[in-house]
Amino acid sequence: MDSRKPISRRSFIKAAALGAASTALLAACGSTTGGSKASGKLEIFSWWTSGGEVEALNGLYNVFKSKYPNIEIVNSAIAGGTSSGGDMKAVLQTRMMGGDPPESFQVHLGGELIDPYLVNNLMEPVDFIYDSEGFRKVFPKGVIDVATYKGHLYAVPVNIHRANVLWYNTKMLADVGVQPPATWEDFITVAEKFKAKGLPALAVAENAPGFYGQVTETMIIQYLGADKFMNLFNGGTSWSEPAIKQGLTMALKVLDYANKDYLSTAWGDVNDLMIGQKVAMMVQGDWTPGVFWSKGFKDFGWADAPGCKDIYQALSDSFGLPKKVKNRDAAIAWLKVCGSKEGQDAFNPAKGSIPARTDADVSKYSDYQKWAMKQWTTNKIIPSIVHGSAAKLSFMTDYMNIINQLAAKKTDVDTTFANLQKAAANANFGK
Amino acid sequence: MRTSESSTTTIAKGGGIAAPLTTLLGKYWPKDWRGDRLTAFLVLLPSIIAVAIFVYGFILWTFRVSFTNWSGWTATYDFVGLENWKQLFLNDERWLIDLRNLVEYAVVFMTLCIVMGFLMAALLNQRVKGESFFRTVFVFPFAVSGIVTGVTWRWLMYPPAGINLIFHYLGLDFLQNKWYAASYGTMAVALAGAWQFTGYVMALYLAGLRGINAELLEAAQIDGAGTWNLYRNVIIPMLSPVTFTAIVLTGMGSIRVFDLVVAISGSGAGYTTDTMAFYMFQSIFQTSRFALGGTIAAFMVVLSAFLVGPYLMSMRREVE
Repeated sequence: MDSRKPISRRSFIKAAALGAASTALLAACGSTTGGSKASGKLEIFSWWTSGGEVEALNGLYNVFKSKYPNIEIVNSAIAGGTSSGGDMKAVLQTRMMGGDPPESFQVHLGGELIDPYLVNNLMEPVDFIYDSEGFRKVFPKGVIDVATYKGHLYAVPVNIHRANVLWYNTKMLADVGVQPPATWEDFITVAEKFKAKGLPALAVAENAPGFYGQVTETMIIQYLGADKFMNLFNGGTSWSEPAIKQGLTMALKVLDYANKDYLSTAWGDVNDLMIGQKVAMMVQGDWTPGVFWSKGFKDFGWADAPGCKDIYQALSDSFGLPKKVKNRDAAIAWLKVCGSKEGQDAFNPAKGSIPARTDADVSKYSDYQKWAMKQWTTNKIIPSIVHGSAAKLSFMTDYMNIINQLAAKKTDVDTTFANLQKAAANANFGK
Repeated sequence: MRTSESSTTTIAKGGGIAAPLTTLLGKYWPKDWRGDRLTAFLVLLPSIIAVAIFVYGFILWTFRVSFTNWSGWTATYDFVGLENWKQLFLNDERWLIDLRNLVEYAVVFMTLCIVMGFLMAALLNQRVKGESFFRTVFVFPFAVSGIVTGVTWRWLMYPPAGINLIFHYLGLDFLQNKWYAASYGTMAVALAGAWQFTGYVMALYLAGLRGINAELLEAAQIDGAGTWNLYRNVIIPMLSPVTFTAIVLTGMGSIRVFDLVVAISGSGAGYTTDTMAFYMFQSIFQTSRFALGGTIAAFMVVLSAFLVGPYLMSMRREVE
């Protein structure tokens, strides 16, 4: 009824006043951006729910709280980001598709961020934060390249993890009198010595897909080389390369030297296998030392994973700025803290990762992290499939399932090879 | 404002809230659609509309998705005919394993629930002391959510611990096995499912047993029927509607099992504990293959319909 009436003078003035007020309000918000006056709620999605992860995240939160005391952090951490359940990603997907994004969320830089979020135009570029905070100068070019999509930056990395590290029990290797193997052929030689003593050389946990997929990647990298491996995901390298089959053949062979019950062993159990001197080595990312420290285990050493000399398989946890967020100011403030030196030095020592910034305070970090920081600046940087930095989520799932089938059935390399090619065709790399 | 006023007045006249409609349409309104019946229909209407949209509408939409090529976050509804169905049944190893797992699960789950449920009900029906205590104990697992059941059984059946450890301490090492980590893992999951659902089936049977006329049983006993014959020829046949209900419920439970596998083992090593529902979840939420997920969901609906259809028909026959 009202809508059909001509606008009265009074209601017009009311509307105008409202408009002016909201403009003023917006302007006020704009001016407080980055200042300590930003307020409201800040919802952060992550899958950091265990031990050192929580400690690291809280470290970051504390830095944020000291800078922005008026913003209330809503910690929406959901376990199982990369596990078979993928619960956090499922919840996030529903929220993003439903137009109700959290202020910011944890995502691996690379494929995991680009497809689905960037391809579907759900994120806002953050170039302006890089400019205002001087991030362009402090992040290495390799990282900035991965964070860039169609000429714009879309995420602020908080850390760098390395996926292809060989961890070994120093006592056990000394008992047998061997050095950590440099290639997978070397590994077989070393593993034979352990086999003679009735011990498995490599820890494998394949009760659910994922773990061995990560190990198999290092074998493919050994035969394919870093450059060709990277080009697998942009259409530059064919998935029918014989080197991939060589890697798969090695993957099958190495299983003979794994713990016998690898099909009933869970990802979380492998650390205890090594601490308990039941296996000598494992190929795992560098979230491992954090677990070892928390269990008081010190007799471990590390090296490049076999076949990965001077190749750093990196994944980076990062945060971006979704469109349509309720509290954009708080989200921007969060991203600034994520990329700050203070934030990264509060987060990374407990997480076991290294800061994405090149100017971090080295004295705060452990021996492993110091080693990794050095490798990071000199090695060839490549992405990982299993950890979502190389390819999109659907290919990652397919890949993990296919390698799990190989490990479970221990039969046919040809079928596995063919299935991988099928999955790659489905993923449309390079198109 | 106006409508509420008029309805108050008509109710005062004693015509029910549907009266304005019938008065308005007068003699053109069908005779048996007046009074209580019409009121009942109008009261039910909101639920009917909600169910029509949110249950049946979305089922139809799921079927539609199963005939499209929707893959990725942006919906595409290009019609591809039976392509997804063909892909699933002719070309998908995982799906065929899922079907095998369904059979394994259903056999173990249904047998355990129905046989154990009946035995427990028959024993409870002997007027034992502390009957209500046992009844509560048996039905209690049903009140526990699937996720909690799953997590509990995950640790009970965790190969290096739980039940295996008990076997070890009892000197029964030969009974140790890998449970859900074995190639017959689905059956272990079914065990957890049966633990949860047997109590409910027992309650069904107990109600059925209590409903049997005692005189009938006495008559059979006077005719010389022993316990075995009493059960074999009188009680079990008389409980066949209950058995039918139990078969439908446990059958449906087998088709849609999801929460248990999520909590226990996921898809397992080499899909040993994968289920249709878990594959559907992964297709949609991890790989964004909505058409594939829709096809799986549609097939689950069809399969359930085969169970529910005959059940509804028999119910109708009973009512008539």
